[in-house]
Amino acid sequence: MSSQFLARLIAASARLLAGPTVRWIGLQPGRRQRVYFANHTSHLDFVVLWSVLPHEMRRRTRPVAAQDYWSTGLRRRIAVGVFHAVLVERGAKSAPQSSGSTGHLDAARRTLEQLVEALDKRYSLIIFPEGTRGSGEGVAAFKSGIYYLWRQRPDVEFIPVHLSNLNRILPKGEILPVPVISHVVFGPPLQPEANESKESFLAKAHRALEELGRS
Amino acid sequence: MNFHADHQMLRIAGGVFAGLLVASIAGSILKRTVKSEHGQATVDNMNARVRSWWIMIVIFAFSFMVGPGGSMVLFALISLLALREYVSLIGSVRADHRTLFWSFFVFTPIQYWFWYTGWYGLAVILIPVYAFLFVPTRLVFAHDTTGFLDRAARIHWGLMVCVYCISYAPALLTLNIEGYPKQDAKLLLFLVIVVQMSDVLQYIWGKLLGKRKIAPAISPNKTWEGFLGGVASACALGTGLWWMTPFTPLQALGMSLAITLMGFAGGLTMSAIKRDRGVKDFGEMIEGHGGILDRMDSICFSAPLFFHLTRWFFVAPHPVIKW
Repeated sequence: MSSQFLARLIAASARLLAGPTVRWIGLQPGRRQRVYFANHTSHLDFVVLWSVLPHEMRRRTRPVAAQDYWSTGLRRRIAVGVFHAVLVERGAKSAPQSSGSTGHLDAARRTLEQLVEALDKRYSLIIFPEGTRGSGEGVAAFKSGIYYLWRQRPDVEFIPVHLSNLNRILPKGEILPVPVISHVVFGPPLQPEANESKESFLAKAHRALEELGRS
Repeated sequence: MNFHADHQMLRIAGGVFAGLLVASIAGSILKRTVKSEHGQATVDNMNARVRSWWIMIVIFAFSFMVGPGGSMVLFALISLLALREYVSLIGSVRADHRTLFWSFFVFTPIQYWFWYTGWYGLAVILIPVYAFLFVPTRLVFAHDTTGFLDRAARIHWGLMVCVYCISYAPALLTLNIEGYPKQDAKLLLFLVIVVQMSDVLQYIWGKLLGKRKIAPAISPNKTWEGFLGGVASACALGTGLWWMTPFTPLQALGMSLAITLMGFAGGLTMSAIKRDRGVKDFGEMIEGHGGILDRMDSICFSAPLFFHLTRWFFVAPHPVIKW
């Protein structure tokens, strides 16, 4: 089975299970290179976000996933072979200089390099700046990796994507899904100032995602 | 199936096709003639509905050609999609998760399986009895008492309406009526045509003449004119279709009346739920119509009654054990 076929099959199954309604507010689905950043409540998040992109965009879009979860056996084969995921060390997506330990710092730098490399190959990315799955109520504070990524490649569009109800389909700790209808809302690209500070960039990004959740 | 039955089927298919064609042509003419902005919006919505009707009819016809199994599978899928819309709108909490899993993937398939195998006795009690007892029991094991009765009732009600009631439509294929070929899709077609045309005709009469609101607190678009005109014309249509049923014209009229009145009750009930939840539609799966449940609301209420009326009056009594 070719990975292209498998990709389409997985995308179709994800849409069947999650029945997502999709809205594009203030932007069009298109070929532009983008970093999609979304709230994180379920293992289904990136699969569903990826599955609602038009097929051509999907091929050019890579999710950023935690290496420790996705690095073994079948999971790895799917993550790398089908989703073309960028596997990064967990906890490394926070700021390079915010941590005291040098190991952590190196990991963060490596992650950033990996992401920049993918962007330079004209791929779009899917990231979850909260870092870990939340309860589905509200959006947790962002790790600062997204800011450093923007600093490295400011020309790329950063698109907020609000996901809801996916935690009802497959909550933390469950393996059997309940197929309720989920919602994916794409919002207009962030418009940071050229010299936006880290705090203000993160606040802007966070607010954009929260507002989408209310729309 | 003999030639006579096939001939009737062709007439039905031809009638449905002609009706849709007329609607499509009328829609494209209106599109060009109606100028006002409000009128344009209405015409666009009407055309979207007609387009969706074409798709629904094709799916429906295809499942019929497969045979009774095809209809069972189709309605089982409709039940799953309806239950999905219901649960999404009604809401659920974390502790409901596994009970809901049972509802979707155990009770729904088993319900249709019982009908498919013709196990009437179990099909009619599976959800009213067994699911009714199972749902709260399974919820107890989730160790969350917040809103317990409310949550159990919501899940059970969803199963009753979206699975149990809808399953009565394909269950018509299992009725053994004397002098009427068993597993003949025409009884099911009769129900679907009368109930859906009743909805369509109520919509048209309401748009043309609607003035006096019939239930303003529940469904502001429904009017007495639409209700009476729609029910009367749908009953006339149903009476005219008596030849495809085991009924005489007068019986067909009575059945049509029961179907349309129950359909109207179903539409209002579902509207009340939507209104309480603050939405207009259950979903957006079918362009112009809303969700599956918005299209099925009238079938939910009319199918069980139509099934039992037909069974009571037209199915030869089962042999009774003699002591």
